Amino acid sequence: MMIRTYLDFEKPIAELESKIEDLKSLKGDDNSVSIGDEVKLLEDKAKTALQETYAKLTPWQKTQVARHPDRPHCLDYIKALVEDFVPLAGDRYYAEDMAIIGGVGRFRGRSVLIIGHEKGSDTQTRLKHNFGMARPEGYRKAVRLMKLAERFGMPIISFVDTAGAYPGIGAEERGQAEAIARSTDCCLGVTVPIIALVIGEGGSGGAVAIATANKVLMLEHSIYTVASPEAAASILWHDSARAQDAATNMKITAQDLSAMGIIDTIISEPVGGAHRDRTAIMRLAGNMLERALREFDGMSGEEIRRARHDKFLAMGRTL
Amino acid sequence: MNWINNVVRPKIRDFWHKREVPENLWVKCPETGQMVFYKDVEANQLVIPGSNYHLRMGAEARLKSVFDEGKFEKIGLPEVPLDPLKFRDEKRYVDRLKDAKAKTGLEDAVLAGLGTLDGQDVVAAVQDFAFMGGSLGMAAGEAIVTSMLKAVEKETPYILFAASGGARMQEGMLSLMQMPRTTVAVQKLREARLPYLVVLTHPTTGGVTASYAMLGDVHIAEPGALIGFAGPRVIEQTIREKLPDGFQRAEYLLEHGMVDIVVHRHQLRETLSRLCSLFMERRELKRRVEPDVPAEAFSASETPRIVVDNPARDLPQQAANDPGTIALPSPEKAAAE
Repeated sequence: MMIRTYLDFEKPIAELESKIEDLKSLKGDDNSVSIGDEVKLLEDKAKTALQETYAKLTPWQKTQVARHPDRPHCLDYIKALVEDFVPLAGDRYYAEDMAIIGGVGRFRGRSVLIIGHEKGSDTQTRLKHNFGMARPEGYRKAVRLMKLAERFGMPIISFVDTAGAYPGIGAEERGQAEAIARSTDCCLGVTVPIIALVIGEGGSGGAVAIATANKVLMLEHSIYTVASPEAAASILWHDSARAQDAATNMKITAQDLSAMGIIDTIISEPVGGAHRDRTAIMRLAGNMLERALREFDGMSGEEIRRARHDKFLAMGRTL
Repeated sequence: MNWINNVVRPKIRDFWHKREVPENLWVKCPETGQMVFYKDVEANQLVIPGSNYHLRMGAEARLKSVFDEGKFEKIGLPEVPLDPLKFRDEKRYVDRLKDAKAKTGLEDAVLAGLGTLDGQDVVAAVQDFAFMGGSLGMAAGEAIVTSMLKAVEKETPYILFAASGGARMQEGMLSLMQMPRTTVAVQKLREARLPYLVVLTHPTTGGVTASYAMLGDVHIAEPGALIGFAGPRVIEQTIREKLPDGFQRAEYLLEHGMVDIVVHRHQLRETLSRLCSLFMERRELKRRVEPDVPAEAFSASETPRIVVDNPARDLPQQAANDPGTIALPSPEKAAAE
């Protein structure tokens, strides 16, 4: 049995669910009917509590869900949605950065390029993927792969999930800013469609670099921010502890961003978040990605590129 | 003095006669601590005579320093929504904007103008760090986009003086989206084959460096300017180490291949002028010669597509030259647009 991680606001649900587990284990010894009824009752109660909590998550709670350690990450989506996946590595200049995954594969019958931030799912993989915080090599790899996709007429799907680009001495030395700028530039320039799906955190320039897409999709409880709530709080209030305030004021939820026309589609998550029903979220995400890709069937490369330009130029002009 | 000057209330009069000189007549060099007479510094293009420290320059002064006789035409900007998020931190964002406007006399952090530099038309834009840290919000982004498109329309080089702490937090994602928006405009300059010269001044960091400020054809930096993605404080907090001397300074970026030249402010105008004239030479030649002269006469490998009515002009470089690219738009389609 998997041990579930609960967020602080999920405490009542956690209590109910642990009680259910306790009763279930009792049931093994004693086969009385009353326990079965009690379990059923508690399960209903837990379900309602979960539904109610998740129906009105605050931006800060969404931030926590978006960062949930059990939340499916880029590699999970690739595994579930992409057949014949061949991972491709390296920027051909300096190094391989595993914070950004890339590769080619077949998605719903068509060959595509996949890029995405990978945060890792346990200590070892988190370190390996640098918590999804890419260095210049990661963005330069993304550029290399996007150009490759363009040359072979392959649509690009990008999974966005990063707290931001890595702030370190080496990253600065090798031109972090330039690498991000070139990657955004490349996203805007390619003549194949790009569909971006924010699966967790879309953090700042590090996200924009691979999320500047024809269509930007977001999972219901994911966030997309100009700076992480912590960073914004330390800029605005000189106190990173006020991250909650920053999250609340900055309009970072999929719902707010959709209302402002910054993203195109919201994908609803299973009750309790994507991690509670991986099969369901993968299926739905796949369907929505496919639908988004279909919109570009029959369009010329130049039309696709121009559509992307027009979309971003128009952004914010009609608020 | 006529009678109206005596009638107008003093406050309004103050508004008309803005102080040209800052309150303190003396400035302290941030590097050496030396005290210098402000007038001397101002006469020296805001470079401290002894230490050569480059002080920040306001947008208006900067544009005047570039254009011939200090004359230029301001580029009008489309209006943007004010305070779209109804944001408030320690202060209301609308109040912060009001203060910044009063302090700088600017509408927002970017001022752009059209004028001549040694006789050739150029568009230049300046980010003023005094306006909320030169932060990139919707108004500033729009100013960059509009002025770049103006350069495309007028077929002039584009010069950008960057100075910014990054995105404007108070506008949230609408601020972040200025990164791709300005990048679209950079691509339009590139498609039109107009030189885009970036002058990185102290300090340029964050979303500005991670978009249009690092996409120039030539990157010039002023001596000592801090240029980077993450601010030094953020990096120190992340890695918990002291940063090396000179880290993220103009000279360091030069050494690491991120800028082309570090130029003293006294030589800046001449450098910009020289670059503009070199990059524009073929276009100028072509403009002077009869339009029916075959383009090959000027070109070895590439044909400059500069005739305004040429429908092929808008085709992206790559799609036109790379036979491997799929879906080349048909010439009819391009012409129809």
